[in-house]
Amino acid sequence: MADAINLDVPAHQHATRLRAGDYTSRQLAQATLTRIRAQQPVLNTYITLTEELALTQADAADQRISAGNAGPLTGIPIAVKDLLSTRGISTTAGSKMLQGYKPLYDCTVVERLQQAGAVIVGKTNLDEFAMGSSNEHSAYGVVKNPWDLERVPGGSSGGSAVAVAGHSVPLSLGTDTGGSVRQPAALCGVVGLKPTYGRVSRYGVVAFASSLEQVGPFGRNATDVANLLGTIAGDDHHDSTTASEPVPDYTADFDHGLAGLRVGVPAQFFEDGLDDGVRSAVEEAIAVFEREGAIIDRSVELPTAPASLPVYYIIAPSEASANLARYDGVKYGFSVTDGESVEQEMSLTRGQGFGPEVKRRIMIGTYALSTGYYDAYYLKAQKVRTLIRREFEAALTDHDLLLTPTTPSVAFRIGEKIDDPYAMYLNDLYTLPVNIAGNPGISIPCGFDQGLPVGLQLIGHPFDESTLLRATHGYQSLTDWNQQAPSLPA
Amino acid sequence: MALSTDDVRDIALLARIALSDDEMELMRDELSSILDHFEILSEIDTEDVPPTAQSFNLTNVERPDVPGETIDREAALDGAPRRQDGYFRVRAVLD
Repeated sequence: MADAINLDVPAHQHATRLRAGDYTSRQLAQATLTRIRAQQPVLNTYITLTEELALTQADAADQRISAGNAGPLTGIPIAVKDLLSTRGISTTAGSKMLQGYKPLYDCTVVERLQQAGAVIVGKTNLDEFAMGSSNEHSAYGVVKNPWDLERVPGGSSGGSAVAVAGHSVPLSLGTDTGGSVRQPAALCGVVGLKPTYGRVSRYGVVAFASSLEQVGPFGRNATDVANLLGTIAGDDHHDSTTASEPVPDYTADFDHGLAGLRVGVPAQFFEDGLDDGVRSAVEEAIAVFEREGAIIDRSVELPTAPASLPVYYIIAPSEASANLARYDGVKYGFSVTDGESVEQEMSLTRGQGFGPEVKRRIMIGTYALSTGYYDAYYLKAQKVRTLIRREFEAALTDHDLLLTPTTPSVAFRIGEKIDDPYAMYLNDLYTLPVNIAGNPGISIPCGFDQGLPVGLQLIGHPFDESTLLRATHGYQSLTDWNQQAPSLPA
Repeated sequence: MALSTDDVRDIALLARIALSDDEMELMRDELSSILDHFEILSEIDTEDVPPTAQSFNLTNVERPDVPGETIDREAALDGAPRRQDGYFRVRAVLD
């Protein structure tokens, strides 16, 4: 019977079929693992498959389903970025530095997935320590874009985006520090959401830039993403930056459609550097919103938003230089043990264990925080951050959401930008400001340019993911961009 | 902002990252070019603007101070490259 399972359906349909007894969660997990193995040589999506864990969780889910005790994620296969700590299961962060490392505890979001009865099938590939926009900076090799195997999937959560785009799983988790969920979602043609800063616990997530990052869901439609966000969101006493705002039912407003939504379209996101094909796909999406009764306002200004790029590339590396100081080769992971002194062994461990982009960022951060430069770089960036935050607040005062492209262009070729760090950084121009401000953002497939997916970004009020998901649902019920799929090995 | 190779050597020392001579040269050029892009920040007026360290200004979140479970010593040492007598082992810090 497992042969007959249709893996191309969304999670909420699997949930219905599991409850109807059409197939079991164990059969679904097995079919999923078979597809992952068929795709892995082509796409390189996963770093670790968690078959044993998955089958144990699937059996537990089957019991819950027969007991009539199932939630929306019970028995549903899900992949998680290999930046999320999993107890007793290798967690690499895409780095040689963490080779052989097995965490002693589960991160909060993984714990919540387990409570919900989800079935974790594997840990996905990523740019090393979540630093990158192409997944080329992984010690485990580049992930391929399923729409064109010679192109990047985006990053840093490239594997999580490809897992959903390639239909090996209906849902996955990534992390988004400057666009690392939304940008690969756009480049792979799936939905990806960055929650409001503080909405989701970061406990047990390998730390990169603590004031910017959030764990976020990938899926193919608004319902699935809403259910996953509802599962992972909420206060956590292990992470003192989580907010106490109650977690709503994110599907509650789904029947309200697009009518009446007040949508701001900020001019700064449509200037030079935006590819024509991306622009026209986004303009068509705006026309859909308008036709359905949304009120489009093109007079919105975010004049300081373009400064987000330098602000981000000061703040994130600064925080990274502190967070990554813990990798010293003493407690776990990669270690050089034939040096002459403690200090030399640590320096050699870090010199050999980190890849080029991680070293570059630690160096930038170390410089920006060093005596004599702190005021000019880090403090200045934090002040400009205040201005950007205020502009978002003002822009949203009379609007329910802001609408922009997610990226300036579609997926680029593998190798195209690897030798020019700043050109790579420009890929995140439209997503970075949202992390700087802290607001929630979502990327939704809205068309194709040169046969490659284009992403539409919606940005909401703090803690109002509901409106983003309502708009996504409204848009997806009128268009079928999210139902397009690349052709891959079954 | 052009960095010298000596600047890069100093930063690498602070960051405890051993770099080869080739890496040092490449890093000097790349970091200098990235720092150039930061210059536009100096054109933005931030007079009287307070810094933001965290988006929604949570401060001093506390929890009751009660003893909880701690990590088992053996488990904590399990991944250590070198250990001795229940401790992590490193080379002598003092002569």
